[in-house]
This record gives sequence, structure tokens and C-alpha cells, in this order.
Amino acid sequence: MPGIVIDKNHCKGCELCVKACPQKILSMSREITLRGYFYAQMHDRSRCIGCRICAITCPDAAISVHHHGQMYVLFEY
Amino acid sequence: MQDTNTTFARPEGLTDVVTHYCPGCTHGVIHRLVAEVLVELGLRERTVGVAPVGCSVLAYNYFNTDFLESPHGRAPALATGFKRLRPDMIVFTYQGDGDLASIGMAEIIHAANRGEKFTTIFVNNAIYGMTGGQMAPTTLPGQVTSTCPFGRDTQVTGMPIRVVELLSSLVTPSYLERVAVHSPAHIVRAKQAIKKAFALQKEGRCFSLIEVLSTCPTNWGITPTEATQWLDANLKAYFPLGVFKQPEGMK
Amino acid sequence: MAKILMKGNEAIAEAALRAGATNYFCYPITPQTEVAEYLAKRMPEVGGVFLQAESEIAVGNMLFGAASTGKRVFTSSSSPGISLMQESLSYMAGAHLPCVILNIMRGGPGLGGILPAQSDYFQATKGGGHGDYRVLVLAPSTLQEAVDLTMLAFHLADKYRNPAMIIGDGMTGQMMEPVEFPESFVESELPAKTWAATGASGRKPLVIKSLFLDPLALEQNNIALKEKYDQMQREEVRFELYKINAKNRILIVSYGTMARICQTAIDALEGEGISVGLFRPISVFPFPHSQLREEISRANVETVLTIEMSMGQMLEDVERAVAERKPVRFFGRTGGIVPSPEEVMEETRKLLDTKAAPRRSRKA
Repeated sequence: MPGIVIDKNHCKGCELCVKACPQKILSMSREITLRGYFYAQMHDRSRCIGCRICAITCPDAAISVHHHGQMYVLFEY
Repeated sequence: MQDTNTTFARPEGLTDVVTHYCPGCTHGVIHRLVAEVLVELGLRERTVGVAPVGCSVLAYNYFNTDFLESPHGRAPALATGFKRLRPDMIVFTYQGDGDLASIGMAEIIHAANRGEKFTTIFVNNAIYGMTGGQMAPTTLPGQVTSTCPFGRDTQVTGMPIRVVELLSSLVTPSYLERVAVHSPAHIVRAKQAIKKAFALQKEGRCFSLIEVLSTCPTNWGITPTEATQWLDANLKAYFPLGVFKQPEGMK
Repeated sequence: MAKILMKGNEAIAEAALRAGATNYFCYPITPQTEVAEYLAKRMPEVGGVFLQAESEIAVGNMLFGAASTGKRVFTSSSSPGISLMQESLSYMAGAHLPCVILNIMRGGPGLGGILPAQSDYFQATKGGGHGDYRVLVLAPSTLQEAVDLTMLAFHLADKYRNPAMIIGDGMTGQMMEPVEFPESFVESELPAKTWAATGASGRKPLVIKSLFLDPLALEQNNIALKEKYDQMQREEVRFELYKINAKNRILIVSYGTMARICQTAIDALEGEGISVGLFRPISVFPFPHSQLREEISRANVETVLTIEMSMGQMLEDVERAVAERKPVRFFGRTGGIVPSPEEVMEETRKLLDTKAAPRRSRKA
């Protein structure tokens, strides 16, 4: 099962990951971080496919992607 | 108990410092690509970067490599001086469109022409970011900036400069490619180009420059997502992507 | 060690190599191009780096990059080219980088002329680039002194982590004299260059920069620089006294080639029974203010005569040192004209013949 962790310290609420996610499971929070940004979060963990596209898109390297068990690498990165 | 694998993490080539770049600024993406490549090629510990003047003036705070801070436009000269004395080290300059194509035009052309064995990452977002959104040599015709508030008038200011094409007219061999970072597919391709450039430097082969079309949401006056769309619709048309020059014997 | 008859430009070039500075970036400009031409042939013999850059702007910045490796680096140029390097001098001083720059001065301002002048004194000693920094400046008057001071300049640049400059003029560069080089360059110990960019292997990354956005940090950098310049003022003042004695009525202050011409004039005047002394600054930054003040304060000195190949630049440092204790007069030729000993003698005699009250300096 893949999943991601979004580091709220680095996220600047640019929303690029939201647009990029092929599963459309990212959205912006309604509360702000200590820096005053709305941060991105995953609203449906069950449909994450671990494609890493959100992490690749993020300009702040705020997203890390993890996988438990068998992983299928969808593309070389 | 199942194992947890990390399939993507912040690269060791980047520090943990939160960057000063605007939300959605693709400098962050490009920094990460360079950091990933340096680590993957095993070059980080013998790399020195040369930081420009521009939005990325503080780049030295974000990379886990030694850095030199250059006067505006002069990074290719600093890189030349350093690399000539330390050819065993990996040297890269990281420059914006004002730094490289305006004040630094002489330095980049001559470094490329001498075939200096360093890599230049040229970030082209068609505007001057740090100083608040003035016209750049790469600003598109009709594009509005603070010093061409009625749109760039090419009768008065000429046409935008295509740096990769300009440098490809030099006879000295080099590797010149233009990429973009406004979508995941483009970012993956950009990383491959940057990797190729540093791999060539590792071989001691030639000068390499990767021009990266980038967004500047703040000074373009639109959201980061709209900025990626504007880049796709406008910048790509004037600045075509692709490899423009490569040394003999490359596929 | 045998003496070799060499042209000034070439002797200085060789001196740099002997000091271990086998890394040279250049751009041709009259009257110092022979430095580059000599090194173009000589550098491969010593396995160093020689690079002709596209402009002096590029040269100055290549020096920054090259100095960042920790190796000894230098360049040579002449007045208009030195103007183009002011940006890099400011940046190198701010980043605490050593290097040596040779300025073979020519007539200015602007494109000026190609004949000797001493009109870059302000540029060299008062900054020239922006910000609170200084360059350690040495002015040789013979070719042997040029060789010795060039080698010393590399040591001092490393000692202080600051650019150092040798100022000569078109005569220094073009004339030929016998010079001797030491078998090996003996220097006192210098600290290890732990500041050099060698790659973040097994240590935290380092940055060589002059940018300090936090004003308190920038002030600290400026204070650190000032401490170095104060130390230079305490330890690196160099000057020479020539025929200074209790019979002098006039004290000439002059440097470089001009000082040699003054020496000839002084010797000739001695033959006529006129006693004149010469105070020759060798370091023009740090300037020998207190030492000059001491010399002019002697009761026998009536007038201080500053002689330069300029419209009067070192004159201001002399006036500051003299602090109105004695009248200061000035004689100079410019445009590339080198005064003859006879002209110097004439000016000196005019001062001594005057019955009027001591006049203020021409610049007042």
C-alpha cells in the first residue's frame, strides 16, 4: 500500500500537486501552517497508487512517498 | 510485519532549509533535480556551485555542496577560473535570464566557446523576478512587465533571445538542450537532460548548458497552476524544446 | 644567483611564478602586454594555468573563482583594464580572497594614452570599487624592487586574505635592468587555507560570498575587514629615506619611477651645494603617514614638495600627513610625460629662490 507524507514546514500551498495527482486525491486544507500557507493533504489514502507524481511536481521537496510491500514502479525517475 | 520502502524523498543534495522562493516557483523543482542528479552520479562531495544574482542568489543555502557567490552575470567566469585550477572537481553555474542573457552574455558565450568543462543550468522564466518583474532579454513580444507595461514592443526592444540556439552556432563542441518543468512529464525529461549534462562533465567531455523553461507566478501575475498553463501555451512556442547541440558520438 | 637583464613586465611575470603563482588570467593592454606574452610561453614550462579571457571584467571574475580554490592567482593590466576589475576587487575583498594584481599605469582618464603615468593612485589606494574595503598597494621604483615586492605581495595577500596590488608605470614595464631571483622563495609560515572550496566531503558545505542580507552580519564583515586594514597599517608600512639629513631645506615626497628621477635630481643638486631629501613611500596603502609627519617636522625642512606623474593624487595623503605643519607644494606632469631630472631641479630651485611667504599647495 503506497502513501505519502507532506511536510507542512515546507509546503507553501502552491496547489501544483493537487492538479498533478492522476488519482485526484489531493486537496488543500482549510487551516494554515505556521508560515501562513494552506497546505496540501491527501483526502483518500485508499486510492493512492504511489506514482510519485505529486512529489516530482512539488517545488519544495515537501512530499515523500512510501510503499509497504510489493511495489510496481510505473516509470523511471 | 511488512517493510516500508521510501520510493521518493528529499534528496541528500538539498539542505533542509525552507526556500525563500514563491509558492509554485519552479526554481525549487530545478534545485531538486540538480541535487538528485549530483547524488545519483556520486558527485556531490566534489561539487562546487556558482550562485548568480537573481531570485536564486541564496541558492547556496539550499544545496549540500560548496558554493561561490558571483557578481551578476559573471558566474561563467568564476566557474572558468575555478575549473581550470581544479579540473577534478565538478563545477556548475545556476543562472537566470537576466544574469545569463543580459549582463552575463559575454561571459557565457566565451565560456561556451572555449569549451570550459562546467555545466550551466539556465533558468528562463522570461522576466526578472528578484527585482520585481522587469523585462528580460527572453520576455515575449507583447508580454507585460513593469518596464514594458504596455507589452514588449519589439520595434524598440528587439525580439527575445534564444540562448540555446545562439550558443549552438559556436563551432566548439558542447551539449545544449532546452527543457521545461511545468508538468511531471516535462520534469522527468528535464532530469534526464540535467543528468546527461553532469555525466558529460564527469567524463570531462565538454561544456554543457540546460535551458529550463520555468514559471514565475508572482511576476506573471497568475496562480502557479495558471502559470504552468501559460508556459505551455506561450513559452514553448517561442522556445522549442529539444537537444540543439551535442558532441560527436552521442546518440 | 646570476643577474639577468630583463624587461620590467617580464621580470615581474617571472617573480610571480617564483612565488608559486602559476595561475594567470589576462587580457592584452598596452603597456603591459609583454607580461601575458612572456607567461604564454613560460607557463607550460612550469605546468601552470594561462588563460587569455574575453575582457578584464572576465579576468577579474576568473580571479575570484580561481582564488576560491586556495591557489595563488594573479593578473596584470593597465589603468583602463584595472577600472574594469574594480567590481571583482570589491567582491574579492568582501569575500576575503587573496590575489595579486599588477597595474602598469598609463595616461588617463578614459582611453588616455599609452605612456607612463601615476594617475591611478586614488583608484588603487582609496578603493575604486564600491564598499568599505582597501587593497594593499606596493610601488616599486627599480626592477629588482619590483621582483621583490611582487613576491612579497603574494605572501601578504595570503596573510591578509585580501587583494594586493603592485603599481608600476609604463617605464617600469618597458625598461630593462639586471634582476636576480632567489633560488627559492622563503616565506614565514601562513595559516592553512581552510576557507578554500574543496568539496563538501566529510565536512559541512562552505560558501565563499560577500552577501550578508542581515545588516548586523554585514557590519561584522566590515569590522573584520577594517581590523585587517588596521593591522596592515601597523605592520606593513614600507618606505625609504634618501639623503635625508639636517641640511635639507626641501623634502621631496615621490614614489615609483618618479622617485628615481628625483634621486638623480637630488644628486645633481648636491653637487651644486643644495641639500634636498627624498621620502619615498613603498607601500602607498598602508601609507606611511606618521613616519612622513616625523620627517617633515624636523626644523630644517622648509617645504614639502610632492612630485607625481599626475595632477596630484598622493598629494592628498601627503597633505594629510603634513597636517599643515609645513607648506606643501606640488609638481607634476601628466598625459604620459615623464619629467626630466632637470625639470625637478628647476622646480626645487624655484622653491628655494622665493622671497615670498611660503605658499599653500597648488591644489588649495
